[in-house]
Amino acid sequence: MLKVTIDNIPIDVEDGTTILQAARMIGGKVVPPAMCYYSKLKGSGGKCRTCLVKVAQSSAKDPRPIPKLVASCSTPVQDGMVVQNLTSPEVVEARKAIVEFLLLNHPLDCPVCDQAGECDLQDLSFGYGMEETETVEERREFPATDIGDKIKLHMNRCILCYRCVYAADQITGKRVHGVLYRGDVSEIGTLIKQAVDNDFSGNMIDVCPVGALTDKTFRFKSRVWFLKPMNAHRDCPACAGKVTAWLFGEEIYRVTGRKDQYGELEDFICNECRFEKKDPGDWIIEGPRHIKRQSVISANHYERMKKQSIILPIAGKMEDQF
Amino acid sequence: MGGKILLANIDVPGIRGFDVYRETGGYKSVEKALKEMTPAMVNTEVTKSGLRGRGGAGFPTGLKWSFLDRKTDRPRYLVCNADESEPGTFKDRYLMQHLPHLLIEGLIISSYALGVNTCYIYIRGEFKYLVGILEHAILEARDHGFLGERILGTDYSLKIFVHPGAGAYICGEETALLESLEGKRGNPRIKPPFPAFKGLYGCPTVVNNVETLAAVGPIIVMGGEEYAKFGKGKSTGTKLISACGNINKPGVYEIEMGLPVEDFIYGAAYCGGIKGDKYLKAVIPGGSSVPILPADLMLSTAKGERRLMTYESLADGDFATGTMLGSGGFIVFDEDACIVRNTWNLAHFYRHESCGQCSPCREGTGWMEKVLFRIEHGQGKLSDIDLLVRISKNIEGNTICPLGDAAAWPVASAIRHFRREFEFHVEHPEAVKHINHGALPVSALP
Repeated sequence: MLKVTIDNIPIDVEDGTTILQAARMIGGKVVPPAMCYYSKLKGSGGKCRTCLVKVAQSSAKDPRPIPKLVASCSTPVQDGMVVQNLTSPEVVEARKAIVEFLLLNHPLDCPVCDQAGECDLQDLSFGYGMEETETVEERREFPATDIGDKIKLHMNRCILCYRCVYAADQITGKRVHGVLYRGDVSEIGTLIKQAVDNDFSGNMIDVCPVGALTDKTFRFKSRVWFLKPMNAHRDCPACAGKVTAWLFGEEIYRVTGRKDQYGELEDFICNECRFEKKDPGDWIIEGPRHIKRQSVISANHYERMKKQSIILPIAGKMEDQF
Repeated sequence: MGGKILLANIDVPGIRGFDVYRETGGYKSVEKALKEMTPAMVNTEVTKSGLRGRGGAGFPTGLKWSFLDRKTDRPRYLVCNADESEPGTFKDRYLMQHLPHLLIEGLIISSYALGVNTCYIYIRGEFKYLVGILEHAILEARDHGFLGERILGTDYSLKIFVHPGAGAYICGEETALLESLEGKRGNPRIKPPFPAFKGLYGCPTVVNNVETLAAVGPIIVMGGEEYAKFGKGKSTGTKLISACGNINKPGVYEIEMGLPVEDFIYGAAYCGGIKGDKYLKAVIPGGSSVPILPADLMLSTAKGERRLMTYESLADGDFATGTMLGSGGFIVFDEDACIVRNTWNLAHFYRHESCGQCSPCREGTGWMEKVLFRIEHGQGKLSDIDLLVRISKNIEGNTICPLGDAAAWPVASAIRHFRREFEFHVEHPEAVKHINHGALPVSALP
């Protein structure tokens, strides 16, 4: 067991644990946000740089600090490591900068985006971003495309986290989309339009942290916070069949996988469950799904949204909003 | 200061061919190393020589080799980084074009020292004409028993492959290079693990620059201690400098470390002074990524000492008043050069070459280029200058690989030392149009 201290909270973790995983074991305010890391997708992480933390002491043997900020999702802990997340002003500044970079070319079309309300980028910019933006530069633009008969790609909103690429690599038989070109013109794309066609492709929608990949069967049907998320299951031959059904009245508007508090799926589900089974008779409804995050989804139905002070340095700012 | 090691025989006619190269003393080091020395002894000689990586970072080569995981039963690889794409740097190309056997000699000894049986030369896509030269040299070496199975009758076998890239600057970063060599998209890997443990195909790998590996042969012939007598302090040996810009004699020069910068710029044996007898304005001494320095700080340090061509002297004063030796791409600007235009040009390069994997670099390089374009074309605001400083600060240190730093440093240093010129561009857009003759007119703005 290795002993690591994150924001003055000590914890013992096993060898090979990353800083982010250790922080998640502690939970709460010390967990750095992650836009590209996905614990269930091997190789993901390290790209978005939102999880940067300061290592004030590398290990018990070598008490020197690491000069640069490190990506907590891909840096394994060492015995005696001391990590600063929100207690380091440097980290707070860097995170602000990363949010600014991520939003630089983001269209901010939240009012017409299906992801609004359950978008990691919204949460991130609300929690860590600057209050004003000063960019006058034109944002890069791509036309919205169909990359499969069920999935719409809005490349404008993409933050190039590569999660959908890893998802397609690891849970579908063959990946037919990927990152084309490079630098700030790189884009997610397929060689042939409509090419994404396999039984588990719908999970790409769930792993997408923003509104770049959206469910065509649900597009513009409703805002997510008007829906009631319900745990439901069915006997599915292809997947575990455990889903969250999003109801409006008695009608199922959409079906997604069950996401945990970090927005990660508990089980990947098949396309039949996701896109075809929209009749309440198809499902055994277990009960309301508790959306634990500081999400607006929780506000309407089950849990009253409390004053959240999830982020220390700007807690004042957040409280003013409510 | 006449010591030449790598380029000592460059003027011998036919030196590119095996026979002439052998007559001038080539491949002696291979005979010496394989027959008289153990791999550990070769390592010791290289460590003693104080040789430092010539690709830009200046990391001690012996130390880098000592990190290689030798306990594993997996194969080990040596990769020669010939993806020389830094603007202003063209020393490796010159070396490979004229002395391919010197590189191969260095590769054989280095591979022997590291216990490597397969070695790759990853060469930049634009250097396609060099692939033939190198492959021809490899065949010649093989035909004379210096490569292949049981080299010179010993138990040691080595294969060298030449792999051309597709022409991406990012593939000069060692982990992106390994990805590209494996046939994947050239995105840098997240470190750790470092290539010394998990490199090419998941096996322990050493990646070295062409010039570094080429220096190993002469080190073995003369001995590490003898090599360390060249140079000054911790900057031992000689360094190839590719000089370009507004000078009388652009080209590749081999200098002994410790040569004063002034002598290098004005000396008849080297750059030969500024073209047209103009004044020196600024120098980028180590390839486009390193900070630019104005003439006064380039010729003497902030403390008033003479600036020398060594890793330490050039870095004296850190980034506030110093720079880096980098890869030795020595770019000289005369009094008429426009720093803003040059900075914009570099920003454009880094924007184009960013791999787009991590957000600060992908978005930041593009942003800096757009702002610099505005300033250069008379549409800037004074606040844009501070904005540039802020963007460069936000990129620096927050990226996966050093390309982010390389993009941020030139912009930050240009503003640090030539802020007045940026302000002039903002305040006098019409005048700037006339200064930058041949530049895109303001009316051509989108």
